[in-house]
Amino acid sequence: MSILGTRVVRTEDPRLLTGGGVYTDDLRLPELDGAARVTFVHSPIAHARITGIDTEAALASPGVVAVLTAADMDDIPDGDGRPTTEPLLATDRVRYVGEAVAIVVTEQGYQGEDAAELVSVDYEPLPAVVDFDDALAGGTLLFEGTDSNVVRTGGEPAPPGAFDGCEVVVQRTFPNQRLAPLPLEGRAAAARWADGRLTLWASTQNAQLARDALAAAVGLDAAAVRVVAPDVGGGFGAKIAVDRDTIIVAWAAKHLGRPVRWVETRNENLLGMVHGRAQRHTITIGGSRDGRILAYQLDIVQDSGAYPRGATFLPGLTQLMASGVYDLAYCGAAFRSVLTNTMPIGAYRGAGRPEATAAIERAVDLFAAEIGMDPAEVRRRNVVAPEAFPYTTASGAVYDTGDYAAALDAVLDGAGYKELRAEQARRRDEGGPVQLGIGLATYVEITAGDGAGETSRVVVDATGAATVYTGSSPHGQGHETAFAMLVTDQLGIPMDRITVIHGDTDQVPTGIGTFGSRSLQLGGTAVHQAALQVKDQARDVAAGMIEASADDLELDTASGTWQVRGDPDTALTWAAVAAQAGPAGLAAAVEFRADSPTFPFGAHVAVAEVDTQTGKATLIRHVTVDDAGKVLNPVLAEGQRHGGIAQGAAQALLEEMCYDPEGNPLTSTLADYAAITATELPSFELLAMETPTTLNALGVKGIGEAGTIGATPAVHNAVIDAVAHLGVRHIDMPATPQRVWAAINEAKGSQMGPAHMRTAQ
Amino acid sequence: MVNGAPVAADVEDRMLLVHFLRETAGLTATNVGCDTTSCGACTVLLDGESVKSCTILAAQADGRQVTTVEGLAGPGGELHPMQRAFRAEHGLQCGFCTPGMVMASVSLLRENPHPTEAEVRSGLEGNLCRCTGYHNIVRAVLAAAEEPAS
Ligand code: FES
Ligand code: FES
Repeated sequence: MSILGTRVVRTEDPRLLTGGGVYTDDLRLPELDGAARVTFVHSPIAHARITGIDTEAALASPGVVAVLTAADMDDIPDGDGRPTTEPLLATDRVRYVGEAVAIVVTEQGYQGEDAAELVSVDYEPLPAVVDFDDALAGGTLLFEGTDSNVVRTGGEPAPPGAFDGCEVVVQRTFPNQRLAPLPLEGRAAAARWADGRLTLWASTQNAQLARDALAAAVGLDAAAVRVVAPDVGGGFGAKIAVDRDTIIVAWAAKHLGRPVRWVETRNENLLGMVHGRAQRHTITIGGSRDGRILAYQLDIVQDSGAYPRGATFLPGLTQLMASGVYDLAYCGAAFRSVLTNTMPIGAYRGAGRPEATAAIERAVDLFAAEIGMDPAEVRRRNVVAPEAFPYTTASGAVYDTGDYAAALDAVLDGAGYKELRAEQARRRDEGGPVQLGIGLATYVEITAGDGAGETSRVVVDATGAATVYTGSSPHGQGHETAFAMLVTDQLGIPMDRITVIHGDTDQVPTGIGTFGSRSLQLGGTAVHQAALQVKDQARDVAAGMIEASADDLELDTASGTWQVRGDPDTALTWAAVAAQAGPAGLAAAVEFRADSPTFPFGAHVAVAEVDTQTGKATLIRHVTVDDAGKVLNPVLAEGQRHGGIAQGAAQALLEEMCYDPEGNPLTSTLADYAAITATELPSFELLAMETPTTLNALGVKGIGEAGTIGATPAVHNAVIDAVAHLGVRHIDMPATPQRVWAAINEAKGSQMGPAHMRTAQ
Repeated sequence: MVNGAPVAADVEDRMLLVHFLRETAGLTATNVGCDTTSCGACTVLLDGESVKSCTILAAQADGRQVTTVEGLAGPGGELHPMQRAFRAEHGLQCGFCTPGMVMASVSLLRENPHPTEAEVRSGLEGNLCRCTGYHNIVRAVLAAAEEPAS
């Protein structure tokens, strides 16, 4: 029986559970002996001109090795000359609170905090732009030499007549709020310059991309840079490649000729690691009273923050996925990305796709409420039919495989949807304070959408052990277990004799890394293919050794031996075959590139209780179908779903990164940023469904972000559904007690309005 | 005493226990995840009770027993029932919250050997995990509670 699809516990865990992982700040390498500590000096002001930096007092502070500013960076190449180019360290202007202005390098960490406070920066404040509309109006421009804060646009507004023929049209504008990615390990780096080579250890999702970005930024050949990703304590998109801060740390090591290291505080992390989401949506949805949706338009304003980092690809992905699971006669989307004096936006847990799903799933509920139809029924009537795959959307996405109605029916069935509606009706009749809400979401998302492939090399050595070198780069996903399973499945070498190596550019010079739910389908398929090639090589070598025809040989994967079919007397071990193959053993390198992305899909049901007296919403059940094709290891796949669901619930109920009108962050510590805890979540109910893709040999799609994409609108819709009978149609995310309470009272007020008028007449 | 062995050093008054463990004692499993006593990544046992080691000074631990996750396994390296349960139930992904989460869970079961799911959830309220959605962590603690040895 194949090991694939079985529940294998992780090989990573004993190490992580006993000595703990070795994250960047845990490194105690001889190369980093005597490393100085880097502490950043950040802008405390959202928008200002820098008129002077005085480092004298800081330089005199105990333990200070150096205080460095942009003026010291004349040994690196100039930027690309675009007006909106983001500097490494601020030069003459700061554009968000937390922007790096200088670094202090000290013998010890505590000294850095003391000295950083002594760096005196003169700021001449400028008006800050935080609000979408102010930013769009362009009264204050973030960059001189530009005439607008709008940095990118895409798509088209709805053409005239797009909604003709619709009996009902609903339009609404709502935010998809800014979130902090908040990996539990923040950013961290250590660097050393020696013998003309720069080595960077960094908490990154992709060592190779980090190497290339770092080399370009500091003006070195890629060959003169080595990047190592030790254990990485979560990334969620926010650790793709390297941030400027990490580049600065590496540059400092070279500039000073001394190893340095840096680990950010949580406060710095909340202010200085990219934020996610931060869009405003205007949805227009139209259709017939019998539940057919005919037209949908999504207009997006993307708050790009102070520099255009994710300004194109994030709303671009939202635009691409705008139509969701629905077969629509018309679907359009357009975006404008606008600069504000806030932290720049980047990829975070779904990166553009949760936003698309949140918008259309909210829109479908608004449409259902308008026509008075069960939202499950509206969805069933409009999803793409199973026979329509591959299905090309209006935006040009080609959905590979799926059965959206089956996912919906399975989740409704698993949740006991009918009974839930009956319970809801009972509570409404009784009129008690705690009401029940049932939220639905059906979704499709795009994984491995980046178009790049992934590398792998599989080597079997003369001891019979296998080593897998992969360009994928895990930070919690369990690649070491998953990729070893792929090798053992093909070669019969036991899991404990397989080592998976990743995240070191000297050992794996080419690779792309882990993001966008790409690892198993690209990196995993590459491992699978390399294992197959090794197997073919071994077959030929073994045939020579036994003096039999290669066609007559078989590999007994249970014992890991080669033999003439049916003749155990001829058995040869992997060790023997690899020894015979020569000093290099058996080795195959593969770069796998899929023809197109894959499209996982699913359906979620969230059940929430809302206390109508306090406005507090509590998620009490969450049931999901998340179909990402074949499942390699249910333990890992379920873990990915769990984490995603929690993040979806967190966005729907709690989390928001807030700034005041002057651009001061209001949620800059974990005392203020409402990261979701165990008490705020139920256990999750996961249903299994596997619709393989044909785009890779394993039949797998990505599962890393699906949970978040489905859960956010399901939980959001559940809260609104709980108070729908009171006249509430919408509540912005996060649906905090305050907002829910206000919505209930506003609805009461507007329901009373006409009644009063009637009385008055 | 850290994990049963004496560790002695003169330290700055303001040095936090977590930094003492990491920098002076060389025990890097205990992590720092915040600066506001909010995340629990730094949880260790002090005289058998869970504390957030970012919130007490190293000097306050003078003469007391500190246990970190490095000191949890048995003398022959056999995993503590809580470590076993975390592995069996996939209660960790990136592993960064894990040392603190395991120590908080050990302390939770010492105080309440047979908790309900709700009690586990509220007992772990001070420990953030960004990867697992807590589902399997809760299952791990409940599973460890079933083990006679814990
Ligand atoms: S580091 Fe101690 S609670 Fe976060
Ligand atoms: S396993 Fe990553 S934070 Fe808990």
